[in-house]
Amino acid sequence: MSELHSKTLAELSGLLADGETSSVELTRTLLERVGARDAELNSFITVTPERALAQAEAADARRKRGDAGPLTGLPLVHKDIFCTRGVKTSCGSRMLDNFVAPYDATVVQRLDAAGMVMLGKSNMDEFAMGSSNETSWYGPVRNPWDTARVPGGSSGGSVAAVAASFAPAATGTDTGGSIRQPAAFTNLTGLKPTYGRVSRYGMIAFASSLDQAGTITRTAEDAAMMLGAMAGFDDADSTSVDREVPVYRATLNRDLKGLKVGVPVEFFDEGLDSKVADAVQAALDVYRSLGCEVVKVSLPNLMLSVPTYYVIAPAECASNLSRFDGARFGYRCENPRDLTDMYERSRGDGFGDEVKRRIMTGTYVLSAGYYDAYYLKAQKTRHLIAADFAKAFEEVDLLMGPTTPTPAFKLGEKTDDPITMYLNDIYVNGVNLAGLPGLSIPMGFIDGLPVGFQIIGNHFQEALMLNAAHRYQCETDWHTRTPEGFK
Amino acid sequence: MEWETVIGLEIHAQLSTRSKIFSSAPTAYGAEPNSQANLVDLGYPGVLPVLNGEAVRMAVKLGLAIGATIAPRSVFARKNYFYPDLPKGYQISQFELPIVASGTLDIMLDDGSLKTVGVTRAHLEEDAGKSLHEDFQGMTGIDLNRAGTPLIEIVSEPDMRSAKEAVAYMKKMHSLVRYLEICDGNMQEGSFRCDANVSVRRAGEEKLGTRCEVKNLNSFRYIERAINYEVERQIELIESGGTVVQQTRLFDPDKGETRPLRSKEEANDYRYFPDPDLLPVLLDDAYIDGVRATLPELPDAKRARFVEEYGLSAYDATVLTATREMADYYEAVVKSAAGAEAKLVANWVMGELSGALNRDGIEVESSPVSAQMFGGLLARIADDTISGKIAKEVFEAMWAGEGDADAVIEKRGLRQITDTGAIDEIIDSVIAANPGQVEQYRSGKDKLFGFFVGQVMKETQGKANPGQVNELLKKKL
Repeated sequence: MSELHSKTLAELSGLLADGETSSVELTRTLLERVGARDAELNSFITVTPERALAQAEAADARRKRGDAGPLTGLPLVHKDIFCTRGVKTSCGSRMLDNFVAPYDATVVQRLDAAGMVMLGKSNMDEFAMGSSNETSWYGPVRNPWDTARVPGGSSGGSVAAVAASFAPAATGTDTGGSIRQPAAFTNLTGLKPTYGRVSRYGMIAFASSLDQAGTITRTAEDAAMMLGAMAGFDDADSTSVDREVPVYRATLNRDLKGLKVGVPVEFFDEGLDSKVADAVQAALDVYRSLGCEVVKVSLPNLMLSVPTYYVIAPAECASNLSRFDGARFGYRCENPRDLTDMYERSRGDGFGDEVKRRIMTGTYVLSAGYYDAYYLKAQKTRHLIAADFAKAFEEVDLLMGPTTPTPAFKLGEKTDDPITMYLNDIYVNGVNLAGLPGLSIPMGFIDGLPVGFQIIGNHFQEALMLNAAHRYQCETDWHTRTPEGFK
Repeated sequence: MEWETVIGLEIHAQLSTRSKIFSSAPTAYGAEPNSQANLVDLGYPGVLPVLNGEAVRMAVKLGLAIGATIAPRSVFARKNYFYPDLPKGYQISQFELPIVASGTLDIMLDDGSLKTVGVTRAHLEEDAGKSLHEDFQGMTGIDLNRAGTPLIEIVSEPDMRSAKEAVAYMKKMHSLVRYLEICDGNMQEGSFRCDANVSVRRAGEEKLGTRCEVKNLNSFRYIERAINYEVERQIELIESGGTVVQQTRLFDPDKGETRPLRSKEEANDYRYFPDPDLLPVLLDDAYIDGVRATLPELPDAKRARFVEEYGLSAYDATVLTATREMADYYEAVVKSAAGAEAKLVANWVMGELSGALNRDGIEVESSPVSAQMFGGLLARIADDTISGKIAKEVFEAMWAGEGDADAVIEKRGLRQITDTGAIDEIIDSVIAANPGQVEQYRSGKDKLFGFFVGQVMKETQGKANPGQVNELLKKKL
């Protein structure tokens, strides 16, 4: 039997229900582990031991009253993009280093209400802009599978914390792959739900039409448990969808016989590591053995997704980040001479290079004279990409393929070349542009490094995706492996 | 050289919703700075806007009232620029797809004729906060109470040809939004203000001249003065060989002149794009018909009805329907002034009442003489209890709070003398006291008749019925 710290949410939920452990004991164990080992990874920006223990005590009391739900007393880490009342919410930026949120994000509120215990706030790429967690003001996060490598981004702290068994689960956000790519790099299950499935209220905006909160867990079953508590309409977010939330956990074991799986041929391009391609074929064989029919499909415009994404996301981020002006909260430069000086130095010093690069790009593509050529064109290609997916889903139930072209790369390897960095998200960006749900699950190792298998569903098909992922995890044990250095 | 002036107005009307357009914070005016702004208004990290349905309903009301097209799908866009009183660094407005398009508004010109002014569009947007530069030495104070207050911006076609027409249009729109109860119309508080686009061209010229935009005019008087100044400035400039440069200008009411704020080259590139935080506003026919059913009788329809129903002149009907409150007051007086003709009521409302309201700076809805009291007074004229002249005295007493007409008439003993015998006696005494005038009158000096009427009225302190006096005097002389 594995140690307490490396158990899944489902396992821990059972132990708590049976009185084998308490939330306080579990929380103490994990906080000690974080205290002892996180210096090696830098996965936390803020650890909140007092709050965690108070929440754990409350959870244990709730259980005593017979009032506990399946998530009550289970610890997690929130990505530092979610506002948490009374706790620093930095978004990985110097700009918000002094920002203590005066309110809770809806996601935080809902998981609090379910009785989950927040251990702290995880490191991330600055304002979620990055694929390696190297753009954080708080320094890079290291991958527990190889500390010379990146954990992926932007939810790098969240995945590192779960992979290192500092926490059984974490929240993440995914604007262009920021949950799935890091989950793939750290042997975890990362779910980005359908756009509108989970409220964005209180989640600091990067690109509003693409941002979506999701889960980082060890298993599909755990993702099902967490998503059930997070999802649902929120009248504070006009883009959240008023649609019933299924009991995801109830359908995990459904038979997959007759399920039609589409494999986009465009995923197997020249950028794909051949060993990753082999792992994908092996995973598809598992699905064939479960009775699925695997067919080729084409998403002819998918290759436009990276350029499309890098017009739309910067355009929205340039506007979203305008509120960080040094006037009301966040970083303000010393002794501003006048208004312009305050803006220029507060923003110039408060934001890092990658954020500034995207603000510049976004400002450019929306400028008079360039709008039609860039922003409007990108909106059109976005529709084409979404239409490709829609057409594919007329033929198949799920799409499957690789999450990333390669396993985790080394720290510093791509920092000088933003384009190569951006291309790492080539298989994940399109899903955000189409507003679809995407899931990455462990599918094996290449030279000791984990690689991820991506499952894409039609809108609001999370239950089917989790069902497919769970059945795969019943057949394989990749997801049970933990890094040598963090047993 | 003959010049033609071309004016288009952009009116900003604050919608009188209880809460803000994208947040639940209250919109009340005059509160402690920054006490009516919540996290959404302050643009805190992570917050999102949620559209106030009441603001949409009000915009649709306006659109229907000006015969405009209500867009089945309209879109909110972000207008990006940096300013400390704009918390998010962008204003949520509508750009390519406004909620209201292509309406018209009829205004009455000086000669009594009607002119139709086109309304290009009307769109919903949020107001910014206020920057206070005066009260802080070397610093600027920011009050975000107003941030997020719902506005409707009503953009006219360049259809107006004089400052007077512009004022007439502004007044008519002011009246309309108050009829519709979508804006309190308080210009001092900035609830109703406009920007004027002004250009001039030589008479007969097709092409529009280069325009200047005069910002933030918040009184009818300023609009007229600012436009007239601007027109003269542009004409002088061109006639002295210069050219008008496209500019945004500010009107200085103390100096009575406009001065440049920024030129076209310095104008912001607002980088509008659809706001991804808000869904498109979709309105179906059922919704629009539902709003239509709530529309009150509008000024033009009311004016026509006043002419038809009360036999008023077009001018009187226009004056009495200028505001909904005045029209309601008038109709309430007509109802309670038993026996008085509607025309008489109109004269009194437009004369005595309006005069007293203007003199004391009171709005009709808070008039100390209620419509019922006023009707009671006019009924006493109609039934010959008092004369029109005495009625003026009674009105003043009522205005001063001495009670209703009957009470004042009683207390002051103003009842008209209609007893023929009593009047006879007084006439006899007047004739007896003025033999010289009687002789002159009888020898043909007709003008003296007035003298005798005056003497009789003097003796009766004005209470004798003037008709009877005339009749009896004629007989006796």
